[in-house]
Amino acid sequence: MSADHPIGLQVRNAVKVYPGTRALKGVDFDIRMGAVNVLVGENGAGKSTLMKVIAGVEDLTEGRILVGGEEKQFRSKDDAVTAGVGIVFQELNLFPEMTVAENVFMGREPTRFGVDVKDNEVLERTRALMARLEQKIAPETTLGHLRIGQQQIVEIAKALAQDTNILILDEPTSALSAQEVNVLFRIIEDLKAQGVGIVYISHRLEELIRIGDYITVLRDGEITGARSMEGVDIPWIVRAMIGDKSKDFASEITHDYGPTMFEARDVSLARAGGGWTVDHVSMSVRAGEVLGVYGLMGAGRSEFLECVMGQHPTARGTIEVDGRPLDGCTVGQRIQRGIAIVPEDRKRDGLVQVMAIRENLTLSSLPRLARWFDLSPAIEASKASEFIKRLTIKVASAENPVSSLSGGNQQKVVIGKALMTEPKVLLMDEPSRGIDIGAKAEIYRTIRKLAAEGLAIVFVTSDIEEVLALSDRILVMADGRVTREFPHGAPASDVVTAANPAKAGAIPVSKKDNAEWPMQP
Amino acid sequence: MADATMTARPGAPSRNWLLTLLELRTYVALIVVFTVFAIMAPNFLSVDNAVLISKHVAINAFLAIGMTFVIITGGIDLSVGSTVGLTGMVAGYLVLYGIDLGLGWSIQFNTLEIVLITCAVGVFVGWINGILITKLHVAPFIATLGTLYVARGAALLMSGGRTFPNLNGSGTYGSASFPAIGAGTFLGVPMMIWILVAVTAVAIYISRRTPLGRAIYATGGNERGAALSGVNVDRTKLFVYMFSGLMAAIVGIVIASQLRAAHPATGEFFELNAIAAAVLGGTSMAGGRGRIWGTIIGAFVIGILSDGLIMMGVSSFWQMVIKGLVIIAAVVIDQWQRKLSARIALTQEAH
Repeated sequence: MSADHPIGLQVRNAVKVYPGTRALKGVDFDIRMGAVNVLVGENGAGKSTLMKVIAGVEDLTEGRILVGGEEKQFRSKDDAVTAGVGIVFQELNLFPEMTVAENVFMGREPTRFGVDVKDNEVLERTRALMARLEQKIAPETTLGHLRIGQQQIVEIAKALAQDTNILILDEPTSALSAQEVNVLFRIIEDLKAQGVGIVYISHRLEELIRIGDYITVLRDGEITGARSMEGVDIPWIVRAMIGDKSKDFASEITHDYGPTMFEARDVSLARAGGGWTVDHVSMSVRAGEVLGVYGLMGAGRSEFLECVMGQHPTARGTIEVDGRPLDGCTVGQRIQRGIAIVPEDRKRDGLVQVMAIRENLTLSSLPRLARWFDLSPAIEASKASEFIKRLTIKVASAENPVSSLSGGNQQKVVIGKALMTEPKVLLMDEPSRGIDIGAKAEIYRTIRKLAAEGLAIVFVTSDIEEVLALSDRILVMADGRVTREFPHGAPASDVVTAANPAKAGAIPVSKKDNAEWPMQP
Repeated sequence: MADATMTARPGAPSRNWLLTLLELRTYVALIVVFTVFAIMAPNFLSVDNAVLISKHVAINAFLAIGMTFVIITGGIDLSVGSTVGLTGMVAGYLVLYGIDLGLGWSIQFNTLEIVLITCAVGVFVGWINGILITKLHVAPFIATLGTLYVARGAALLMSGGRTFPNLNGSGTYGSASFPAIGAGTFLGVPMMIWILVAVTAVAIYISRRTPLGRAIYATGGNERGAALSGVNVDRTKLFVYMFSGLMAAIVGIVIASQLRAAHPATGEFFELNAIAAAVLGGTSMAGGRGRIWGTIIGAFVIGILSDGLIMMGVSSFWQMVIKGLVIIAAVVIDQWQRKLSARIALTQEAH
C-alpha cells in the first residue's frame, strides 16, 4: 500500500515548546501523497500545533521537516506555500461581501504593473478551479450568497490556487449537512486521484474511518498510534486517544443526591432553513449530581445551554429550576431563580476584560450585594476576597484587570462570578477549554466539590476524557438530539460511538452521483 | 534542579512614577493651561473672569457628563446639541405663551413646572434614542444623527425660525424667577454652578456605588458577557440616553434663562465639545472605561483653553487647531498609559 502512496512530507522528532508547556514532544509524522492522512486527538493534544508547524505559521523548537526527502526550513507561511502546503482552517477566512473569484485570489491577485488587477484572469482561473472541483459555482457570485458547504469548497479552491499538493483540512465537516459532507468527500476522492496528499483532522471518528487511508493519533504532544486505516475501529482510536486508564474524579468524592433541581422538557431551537439545532432535548438533574453532556461540534450542546439561559427568543420547551418555570424570564431573573452559567468562551461571554477581578466576580450578584441602590465598596471587596480564597484564585490584587490572569485563574473568576449568585443549578460550557493540564485537574476537583456541597451541575463538552472523568451520568448529543444515556463508568468507545452522527454514513460516496448540490431551502 | 535558586521578589510592588504621571495627565494639562494663561493673559486671574470661565465650562460639563455615560456603554449621542436648542425653545414657549387651549383659554406655568416639562422633553428625546438603539437596533451614531436633525428641525418649527425674546416670566403666573436659573447667584456663586455640583455628585455616585453604574461599565466593556451575567443591557442603554437628554434639557433651560431669550440654533456643535471633554478626561471611545471626574477636569481644560486663548488675542482659527491637537495628544497618552499599566499588572500576576 505504501508503494502506491509515496511520502511527500516528513516531520521528524518535532518538539515545540511554548512558555510553560511542551505542545509537541518528539513527534514523527508522514504525509503520504494521493492518500488521506487522518490526524486525531483530544483538544490540546497538539494537532493544531503540528499543523501550524507544517503550514509555516509556527517554528519548531527542535526537529526537522523534509519535503520529498530534502530538509526544508519553514520560516513563514510563504515557505510552506512554496513547498506546496495549503491549509483550510476550521474557521473560514473569507469575505462574504466579495465575489468567489476575489476571495480565491485575495491578497495575491495577478496584476499588470502591480496595480491593475487582471479581472479576466482571476475569473478564468477561478472557473478552471471550480471545474477541477466539479462545482457549479460561478466565479462572479457574491460569496455570502453561497451555502456554508460551498464556502468551504471556495476555501479549498483558494488553497489549490497556489499549486498545492498537500492540503490540510481542519475539522472541515463540523458545519456541514449530510449531503454537503458527501460532496466534500467526493472532492477529496478526486484530489486523491490527482495525487494530492490530504491531511484530515476531525473528531468525527466514523467519518475518519470512512475517508482515511492512514491514521495518526496524538495525545499530550506524543504519537500514540500511527498505522494504515485497515482494521482500525472506534475502540482502537479511543484507546489511543485517551489511554487505558484515565483519571476518574467522579469516584474521588461520592455523596448522595438530593431532589430534582433542574428539569428541561422538549427544549427545541429551529435551525435557519429547516430542521432543528436543538431537537426536543429533555433532561433532569438532581441536587449534588454532575451531568456531563457529550457531543461533537455542531451537536447542539452549547445551543441547548443558550436556550436554558434565555439567549434564543424563538426557543421552545419548558425549563424548571427547583420546580419553578423560567418561561419568559430575563437572564437576570433566571439568575435570581437559581441558575448560573459558565460560558464556553471566557473572553467573549465570560469576562469583562477591562474590569478589575473584583468587578468581574461581583457582576452577577450586584442586586443582592446592594442595599436598595447603594453598593458599598467594603461589602463588595470582602465578598470578592471571600471567593478568591474559596476558589484559591491566584491574584496579586483583586483590583488588577482580570486580563492579567492566566487562563485557569480567569476561569475560576468566571466560576466565582456564577457561584456568588448562590445558584442551585450551575451550567458549564467546556469547563476546561484553553486551560493547562495542572489547572484542569484543579477545576475538576472544584466542580466535584461543588456538587458534594449540593449544587446540581450540567456541563457540556466535546472532550471525551473530561466527560468520563467528571460525570455521575452522561448524556450524548448528536444532531441536536439526545442519542444515548450512560451511567458513570461507561466505556469510552460506546460514548464516542453514540456521539457520531449516522448521517454521514447513510449515503454512500460515489464518484459521479450526488454531484449536484442539494436545493437551497 | 538543585542549583536553581529562587530570587525573592520585593513584597509590595513599588508604584511606577511614570504610570502615576500618565494617570494624572488631565490634571497636569489643567495645571499647565492654567499656569500659562495666568502668566500670559491679562486679567486671567480676576474673580470676574473665573466666574465667566466657570459658566462656560458648566454648559459643556453638563453635556459631557451625559456623554461620558453614553460613551462608557460603547455608544455616542450626537443629538445633545440639537436637544439643547429644542428644550430651550420649549422653555421659551412655555414662559411666553403657556399651552394654548383655544377659545382664548390657555394654561400658564410657574418656573418649577416649566423646568419639569422641559426636562421631560429632553428625557423623551433620549428615550427615543434609546428605543431606536435597543429595540430597533440602529447604530448609536446613526440613531442620534437622525434625532440631531429631527430635534433641530422641531426647534426651528416651533417659532418658524425666529427667536423667543424677553423671557422675563410673569409674576402673576409664578414664572418671574425663570431668569434667575441662569443668571442668579447663591452665596456669590452662580446658580448654574450649584446645579452642576449637584449633578456631578449624583453622576459620580451612580458611576461608583450603584449596580446601575457597574452595569454601564460592563455593557461597554463586554456587552455579551454583561448580558450573560444578568445585566439588563437594554435598560442600561435606555438610561444613559435618557440621562444625556436630561443634561441637554438642563443646558437648554440654563442658556434660555441666561439670555432671557430662546434661539432655535442654540447648541450647534455642542455635542462635539462634550465628546472632546469626555475623551480628554480619559473616556475610551471603545467603551468600558471613563470617569465622571476626569470628564469634569477635561471640560475645564477645554474651557480654560478656549477662553484663555481669546483673552490672549489668539485668532479663533488657531484656537481650533490647538484644541484639536490637545485632544489627539490626550488620546495618544491614554494609549501609552494603558499599555504600561497592563504590563505592570502582568508582571505583578506572574510568579
